[in-house]
Parts: sequence; structure tokens; C-alpha cells
Amino acid sequence: MDFLRPASWEEALAAKAEHPAAVPIAGGTDVMVEINFDHRRPEYLMDLNRIGDLYEWEVGAESVRLGASVPYSRIMEHLRAELPGLALASHTVASPQIRNRGGVGGNLGTASPAGDAHPALLAAGAEVEVESVRGARRIPIDDFYTGVKRNALAPDELIRAVHIRKADGPQQFSKVGTRNAMVIAVCAFGLALHPETRTVRTGIGSAAPTPVRAKAAEEFLNAALEEGGFWDNGKIITPSVAKRFADLCAAACNPIDDVRGTAGYRRHAVGVMARRTLTWTWESYRGAHRITEGAA
Amino acid sequence: MPSHKLPAASAQGQPTGVPTRITQGSGTRGGIGESTLRPDGTLKVTGEFAYSSDLWHEDMLWGQILRSTVAHAEIVSIDTSEALATPGVYAVMTYDDLPADVKHYGLEIQDTPVLAHGKVRHHGEPVAIVAADHPETARRAAAKIKVEYRDLPVVTDEASALAPDAVLVHENRDDHHIGHVPHPNIVHRQPIVRGDVAAARRRADVIVEGEYTFGMQDQAFLGPESGLAVPEEDGGVHLYIATQWLHSDLRQIAPVLGLPEDKVRMTLAGVGGAFGGREDLSMQIHACLLALRTGKPVKIVYNRFESFFGHVHRHPAKLFYEHGATRDGKLTHVKCRIVLDGGAYASASPAVVGNASSLGVGPYVVDDVEIEAIALYTNNPPCGAMRGFGAVQACFAYEAQMDKVAKELGLDPVEFRQRNAMEQGTLMPTGQPVDSPAPVAELLRRVKAMPMPPERQWESSEGADVRQLPGGLSNTTHGEGVVRGVGYAVGIKNVGFSEGFDDYSTARVRMEVVGGEPVATVHTAMAEVGQGGVTVHAQIARTELGVAQVTIHPANTQVGSAGSTSASRQTYVTGGAVRNACELVREKVLELGRRRFGPYHPAWATAELLLEGGKVVTDGGEVLADLVDVLGDEAVEVEEEWRHRPTEPFDLRTGQGNGHVQYSFAAHRAVVEVDTELGLVKVVELACAQDVGKALNPLSVVGQIQGGTTQGLGVAVMEEIVVDPKTAKVKNPSFTDYLIPTILDTPTIPVDVLELADEHAPYGLRGVGEAPTLSSTPAVLAAIRDATGLELNRTPVRPEHLTGTV
Amino acid sequence: MRLNFTVNGRPQEADDVWEGESLLYVLRERLGLPGSKNACEQGECGSCTVRLDGVPVCSCLVAAGQAEGREVVTVEGLADFARQRACGTASHGTSLDEARQWQAGGADSRTGEGTELAPVQQAFIDAGAVQCGFCTPGLLVAADEMLERNPNPTDADIREALSGNLCRCTGYEKIMDAVRLAAARQSEGV
Repeated sequence: MDFLRPASWEEALAAKAEHPAAVPIAGGTDVMVEINFDHRRPEYLMDLNRIGDLYEWEVGAESVRLGASVPYSRIMEHLRAELPGLALASHTVASPQIRNRGGVGGNLGTASPAGDAHPALLAAGAEVEVESVRGARRIPIDDFYTGVKRNALAPDELIRAVHIRKADGPQQFSKVGTRNAMVIAVCAFGLALHPETRTVRTGIGSAAPTPVRAKAAEEFLNAALEEGGFWDNGKIITPSVAKRFADLCAAACNPIDDVRGTAGYRRHAVGVMARRTLTWTWESYRGAHRITEGAA
Repeated sequence: MPSHKLPAASAQGQPTGVPTRITQGSGTRGGIGESTLRPDGTLKVTGEFAYSSDLWHEDMLWGQILRSTVAHAEIVSIDTSEALATPGVYAVMTYDDLPADVKHYGLEIQDTPVLAHGKVRHHGEPVAIVAADHPETARRAAAKIKVEYRDLPVVTDEASALAPDAVLVHENRDDHHIGHVPHPNIVHRQPIVRGDVAAARRRADVIVEGEYTFGMQDQAFLGPESGLAVPEEDGGVHLYIATQWLHSDLRQIAPVLGLPEDKVRMTLAGVGGAFGGREDLSMQIHACLLALRTGKPVKIVYNRFESFFGHVHRHPAKLFYEHGATRDGKLTHVKCRIVLDGGAYASASPAVVGNASSLGVGPYVVDDVEIEAIALYTNNPPCGAMRGFGAVQACFAYEAQMDKVAKELGLDPVEFRQRNAMEQGTLMPTGQPVDSPAPVAELLRRVKAMPMPPERQWESSEGADVRQLPGGLSNTTHGEGVVRGVGYAVGIKNVGFSEGFDDYSTARVRMEVVGGEPVATVHTAMAEVGQGGVTVHAQIARTELGVAQVTIHPANTQVGSAGSTSASRQTYVTGGAVRNACELVREKVLELGRRRFGPYHPAWATAELLLEGGKVVTDGGEVLADLVDVLGDEAVEVEEEWRHRPTEPFDLRTGQGNGHVQYSFAAHRAVVEVDTELGLVKVVELACAQDVGKALNPLSVVGQIQGGTTQGLGVAVMEEIVVDPKTAKVKNPSFTDYLIPTILDTPTIPVDVLELADEHAPYGLRGVGEAPTLSSTPAVLAAIRDATGLELNRTPVRPEHLTGTV
Repeated sequence: MRLNFTVNGRPQEADDVWEGESLLYVLRERLGLPGSKNACEQGECGSCTVRLDGVPVCSCLVAAGQAEGREVVTVEGLADFARQRACGTASHGTSLDEARQWQAGGADSRTGEGTELAPVQQAFIDAGAVQCGFCTPGLLVAADEMLERNPNPTDADIREALSGNLCRCTGYEKIMDAVRLAAARQSEGV
């Protein structure tokens, strides 16, 4: 095993081009477990800790450019307003120690369906900025996950940042685990209201081979909200609409039975989380809506 | 390949991290009954306390074990040539390399091969061992050993174990249980028959049946199995090891090494928890074999993955119960059948069967009983000792039954238990009278009388605090679907080794003047695994010998056996041995005093004399002499064995016999909040009342009760080793998927300690460690049933069980 | 590979480090600092918690090479670290009485004489928060860092901050007591 220590992003890209099998390591919270437990012996480990750029974020007009290695604890602390869904998801990641090291780049690189950031990214809308010596490109989050622990990266590419749309409405994130802290998701659900476009987006974790959106549920809800004038009148979403939405979210799952939970439970739990997060976000939207109305 | 730089601190020839004597003084009397602080506390908070995995020796090698990847298979061939040729590898050993005629070990039945011979019987069985100069080298070499397996059918449950064409897990058994078991795949069977169940059944107004399942729990001690074996010049070996019983290890290790016991020296290294999981051997023999083969010190440290294969677990069980009761709330009879899965090797299975059967009815008065408990041999992971064994599984089931009967009768579950509660003088199903206080009804009364935790504590002005709700930080509910439930349970556990076992301990106590002060040194082989035995020994010495300074000598095999740190027995038995040795030392000191000063004061001959505050005083309080003057240059030392009252084996047909020394009782009230839609549970409070006879160290007693309670909580809602029923392979050997409670899963645990002395025990004390683990689990389950209305016949209960999505 | 970094204020060098080694392994096996514990080596127990450039991390998940040039504080250096921090910070927070649910008292251990402890270390001893002690080093590093950030924590804050540290012996109650006690003593300047 060789340990590569690029001092800059350019050096990292060059090293990755030279050794496409090199495994990037930032927080180490996935890679080191595999090494400690003898599951993986990469020829090259490439440390990204020295590349300061990866630890920075910029808040733009439309989106946040989040460096791949910005630790979850910083997202929780500094980006709650701009990225509320991701901040909530970050808070559910493993333990404080892990949140101090791990970042979204690692979640994306590993592309495990259980990664906590995925549902929040899917719901918010994001693009993954990847680069190689051949050039940079942005991969829409919807196209990023290609299979179980597989993503759209080319062998010579590295994840540099994620561009996440700034919240224009309430966002929520829920995750089921069989412990009240430090637990891997049995399944997870992210939901974002986008009042500017009058759309709702979702993200489901650990209930299909890849993180997925519940597109049929989104379409149903978008239509139902539009039809009922809910975005304008700020009324409570009718229980039948919420239930249908929840059922469609559950139907979007393609889960397996494993040691963490049954497929049946995962489907059921995603439905419950979908209904609850819809209620929470909508209540929050209504509250904000009323305040706006009152001010006007 | 990597090499090693030596830590600068190490001295030539001597391992670093060898335990040293700890001297503890006391500003107060520091005797029994006080919450004196741990003598090893400072070392433990500074990181200086050396655990077995911290040991280091110059030139030491690292041992690695190759384990079977299948559960049941013939070994067709093993090829170690490539591993042996790896640079940095010093030795590779298989069964064929074992040096002595004895090649098996075991606590009671020597059925466990040191390295697999001809076949493997469970997933993760040791097949070969490697020693190399770096752990990575050892791992890579082990991976190069080629083992060819030919699969055999797996035995995984009672049906497959006892089927007419069942594969035998052990052919040609010749142990002492084979004569009375109905099938060679049954390790041990214990029936208990008392009274006339058929007649009692006719008196019953209600009869309630239930079938229960208890999952496989892991001890999950945090300090992984580890130790350092150092070869010695006389051809022997010195093993520094984390264990629960040095002399039991020694008895099993020496024959396999082909060495007399005096050439295997053992010193207790720091132990990172045990809970029964260190009663069996793990890496002990392997490290010694490699050290003797290579002539170099060998250290073996399991990682967490290997630890799940490296020790026995708590027996999973199926329990079938029938309870009868009259309309006025009196139990008429209990019938039960308890099937424990012992896995591939016997370990402590016979004793687990003894406990499950003899304690199978619980702390209740029942004159008519029919009980049968068996332990199976299967190809599942071996199971053995874990805190409260046998009694834990039974308590889960009989307490569920008690709730069911109470419900059937329309009685309050606590009231129903109290009406049937045993008391001093009650006969156990074994016919043994309970001859010390058994405050079962009182414990229930106390735990019920504790103030209830406030409702909806998670509500705050800023909304719901998810940390206090089911799901916790995962943000699954802000109060939706959350229902509170309350449940009660009480349990009975035996203390000490039972069924005629010669359960003794040895203590060596020395008193001398050091630096102008009288100092007592206590030397036992007791394994301090965290329970605080060392604290208590110092307290006993202060109480009995009137000194402030006590030195705790490291535990090793240079003194007689202390027995096991298990069965809630150490404070009773080794504490008893220390007190006894102190009393003998005191007599000798007084004798010395009489010789020196007797002629000058008549009280030496006539008064009752005590040692207090470093002086010899009369019971009237008159000071006769300073201990410093009495002792002068002499050291007074006594080593003596001490035994509790003898017990008897249970009759193999009727189960009758005075099999137990002492019983221990605890009761719990659980308050839970369940997210009934998602099936997630938050335990809000887990109150406990326990009788401890006499709290030698109240702070430690409460710590034991809270720790035991939490392990019971774990197996109620999350802890289970999952074994694939088709392959008998373990599916979750990691802390990612074997979950134990975090601090956010653990509620406040108010404890009410009762002290009703047992006149037969030293200071009246009652073993503390296990009883709280029994009743915690059924109390939590009862509370979840109360919240959900579901029947819930298995533990741990998972979200699937609460949401109908299994 | 060669590794240079600072541990508990002292520059350290390790040679021939295998690239797959963790910071935990280097501390324990190469630098003679076994205080950080190896309970799970997968980031699921917190026993190996150290501060890396001030931040609590699981040292089992830091590749040794990633520590190059960094500052590490382990349990062995906690007392020094706390003492240096105390020079110049005033404390405030809950009263001692409020926090005192523990009921230790009684005799003191003279084995601690001559060993200067961080307040949180002393509190763990006094409150009976140590049993087998294997989780203790990681808990101490985590608890000390929390008290540095949040000198006046609620119970829920303590539980959240320590939710990455498993303990199998105590049931956590006495750990809660210890942290409350350390916070109270800190606020009273004891």
C-alpha cells in the first residue's frame, strides 16, 4: 500500500490520473473501517485532508457550493438556514466524533444507499461537481447514483464539491434506526417544499438499491397542491392527500430484507415518515405563509 | 513489509503494562459500608491502567487466528506452505502441531478442540494460528492458508437436532451427562417435578399458556479478548491475560501445552469488562502455543469482528409455559419447558440448564410444578455464561405469563405478583427452603411507590426535543404516535456456584509496618473485571484490621484460586475469604501483642480486643497498644481457603435438592414511550428496587444495579446476534449491526437499595451483580405491551414486531 | 513511511509506519501511549477518542498519514491540556448543589496523590463513573471537550455529546453524575 499526500487539488487530480485505483480518504469513516476489518487493501490511499479548498463552502444567490470534505458538524452549525434538510440529516450521522470528520463527499463517493446525506440532497436538488485532469463537470444528483455502492464517477475523477439549491421553503429529514443515536439508517426520508417553483421533492434512503426520489408521489402531490390552491390559501393538507402521498412514497421503495430490517417494515416506515415530514414542512410553510400574509 | 519501532519506555526483558501493587490510604475509616473510591480509579482516568491489549514486550510477535468460514464441514485439507513462506512469519500451527496428548479443553466438558480437527462445528471456529512481526503480516499470512471444506448439514434448532436422522454435532460423547440425556444432541437435561400438577390443574380457574423466544445476546464487553504470552527460561510460559478466573484457565491451558501447572504462570492483566464472556478460554492457549513454538513473546488482540466469534454468547431460548390460578389470584401450578441453544460446544450449558430449571418459576409460591430444561448441541455459535444465565431467559417468560394471568383474572399485575410472592421459608420447586429474607412483595411495593416520571418531558417552549422522544436524534416523531406504557417485573437469581460445586476462594493477607505505618496487603487471584472487588477488599481489610493503608497485590496464580468472577459471587466468596484471612491475621497480631505487652495490662487476657485506628483497643474503647509497636519488625501473614455452605446436586429425575447457596432479588418498573406507528421505543425511566443484604460499598452497588439494568434494557429492544437459520452463519458480527444502548437510549435509573441481612453470608451481604439484569427485560417488554396492546412473545422486540411488518 | 506530529504538546516521530495503520495503532503500539482504547476500530464506540487539532475524532478512523504535522491530545495529556486551558478562562454555570445527584463522599484514594488530574477526570473517580474503565479515556476526552464548548450543559446536551461513546458497565447514570459534577465544579472554580 502507498500513501499519497497531494498538497493541492491539481496534485490530487494528477495522482488520480496516474493511479485510477487510488482510494481517496478524507474523513476516513468508511475507508478506515474497511482497512481495519481487512475488507479492503487498496494499492494506494490518497489523503485529501491537505486540500483546504475541500473544507470550504460558499453561499451564492441560488445555491451553496459545499466543499466535499466540509464536516457534518459544520453543516449542522453553519448551514441550517440555507440547507435545513441537509443540516438535519447531518445531525443524524453516526456520532459527534464521526460528524467531526465525515463529509458529504464521502457519502457520495461510497454511494451506499444508507448514506444519510442522499435523501436530503435529492430533496433539495443538487449537482455534484467532479473533476479529473480531463476537465470538470457537474452531475445532477438524480443521475449520480448508478447502483448499489456505485456512482457516476469515472475512475480518474474526484468529487470536489456539491452545489445544493438554497432552501426556498421548509425541509425535513427523518431516519429510522433501531437505536436512538449512532445508528445506520434502516431507512430514511427527506422532503423539501419549493414554494418558488410550487413543487415538492423527496429523497428515500436505504429502501432501494440506490437512494431514490419518490417521483410518482411528488407528481401526485404537486398536482394536488396546485389543484386545491394550497400554495396560496395555506390550508391544511387533507388527510386523504397526505395518505396518498405516503402510500406513493412507500410504493417508490424497492427494499430488501436484511439484518437491519425487513422490506415490509422499510416500506411501511417510509410511508409514515413521508406523511410526518409532509405535515411538519407544510405546517411550517403555513406558519410562514400566515406571517407573510399578515405583514402584507 | 512494515517493521516496528520500539516504544522508548520499554525495559529490556520485561513486558510493559505489567500490573503493579496499588496502595490506597483512607482519610476516613474507609471500611465496609462506606462509598470508598476505587483504588485503580486514578490509573484508569489517566490512561495508565494497562489492559491486556496494552501489554507490550520487546521483540514480541503478533498472533492471528484463522477461523472457519462455514458452520459445519469436514476439513479435507489445510495447506499452510504459502503462509509459512511469508517474510516476517515465525510460525503457523494447526491441530497436527499441538504438542501434547490433550488437545481439547472446556469448562466442564472438554469438548472444544484447541484447533479444529477433521471438522468444524460452528462459524468462526479456530482452524490455524500464525505468529508474525506485525499484525498486518500475520493477517496476510493467515489469509494465505488454504483450507478445503466439505459441507455437512447444519443443526440449528430443536427440530433439526432431535430429528430421527439428525446429524450428531459430537460423535462418541463420553461426558458424564450422556447417560441421562435422551439424545446425543442434548448436552444436559434437568427435570423438576414437585407436587401433583394434574390435581392442581383441576383446581385452576384460569389456565394461561404462552410460547416465548429469547434472542442471542452478546456480552459486548468493550475490551477485546487479548493477552501476552512470554516464554520463560525454564521451558514454561508466563501469560498476562484478561479473564474471569485465572485458575480455571490454568487448569485448561497446562495440559494442552504439555506442561505442569507450575510452569504456566498467570497474571491478571487489566480487564475491560467480562459479563460471563471471559469464563471460557479464548486466545489463551493459542498465544502460549505460539510463544513456546517461536521462543518469543506473542501478543494476540481480537478486533471487534473476531470478538463476536471469540467468546460464547447468552443462550437463545424457546420457552413454553402453562400457568394456572384460582379466581382469588393464587397460582395453582406451573408447567414449563425451556429449550436452550448451547451451540457447538458445551461451555457452561449444564449450569445454565440448572439455573433455568430451578429458577424457572420465579420468586413465587407454587407447590405444584413440572419443569424441564434442556440445552442443545447445534452448529450455532457456542453459548455459555452471561450475567444472570438461565435465570434471565426464564424471567422474561414467567413474568410475561404473570402479566397474562393477572389480565385474565382482572387483577393489577403488581397485586397479583404480591399475592404469590415467595418469602423467607418458602420452598423452591427443588424443595429447598429459602432460608434468608426474600422481600419480593416489598421490592414490588417500593418500586411501584417511586414517583412517576413526568409526562411528555420532551415538550419544550421551542417545540419537541427529539432527543427525548423515540427515534432520538433521527427526528422521526415530534410526538405523533407516541404512547406511554408502564410495566413491572421481579426476578430471582442464585448467588454463587451451585449443585454441589466446591465453591471456594483463597486469600492471603499480610500485615506489617511500612514507613512507620501499619499496612495490610491483600493478595487474591480474584479477577477484577470492573465490578470493584479490589475496592471492597481494601474496605474489608480496614474494617477487620483497623489500618488505613491497604495494598492490593496484583492477581496471579502465585496464590490459591479465588474462583470465578461470576454468579454474583466474588464479594460473597472472595470477600468472605479476605475477611476470614483478616480475622486469622488479627488473631496472630493479638497473640503477638499478648506476648509482648500482656504482662503489663490485664485487659490483654480478659477483654474482647479489636484493631481500630492502627491500635489495639478493648471493646470498652481503651487503647492497649499501637499496631506499629505490636508488630515491630515482624510481618504477619495468612493464606487460607474459605467456603460457603455446601450445596447438593439436583436429582436427575425429580430435580429435588438443596442446590443453591443464596438467592438474590430485584424488581423493576419500566416507563416507556413507544412510537406506535414506527415501532420505535424510548425507555423513559427504569426504576429498580433490590435487596443487597448489606451494601459493602453503596456507590458500587448502585453502579452494578444500573449497569445490569441497562444490559437488560439492551436485550429488550435492540441486542441480538442474528444467525442465518439456513447456514448457521452469524450475520451481524460488528458494532454497526449488533447494537448496545448508547447514553441516549438509557433512561434515568433510580435505585432503591434494601439491606436485609442474610445471616449465613459474610456481613449479611447478598450478591448484587446479576439480579437487575433479570427483571429489567420483562419490565420493559411489559411496558411496551401496555403501550401497544400487543402480545410480544419474543425479545428483543424490533420495530417490525410493533408494526406488523415481520 | 515516516510520520511526524505532535502528541500532548511533544513532537513525535514514527518510522516504518505501514500505510494502512490508524492513528490509534501508532499511538498505542509505536508511541507507547495505550490510553486511547481499541474497542471496536470501526467508529462505533468512541473508546479511541482523541482531539485532532482540537476536534474530537475516533483515532481508529484517522489514517496514520493523515496525522502528519497535526496536533493530537490523548487522555494521557488531558490533565496538562486542562491546566493550560484553565490559565486564562473564567467559568460560570450551574451551582454545585443543583448538579450534585451523585452521592460519593467517604474516603479518598491516596493512589491519586501526586497525579494532577483534569477536573473531569477527578469527577469520574468521585462519582463512581469508572468500572472496568475501558470506555473511560474516550469519554473523558469527549466530555472535556463538551464542557469546554458548553460549560453549562443540560442533561440532554450531555447525552447528545456523549452519544458516540459506548459504556457497557455503568448504565451511564454515574457518567451523567460525573459530567454534571465536573460542570458544577468548573462553574464554582473548585
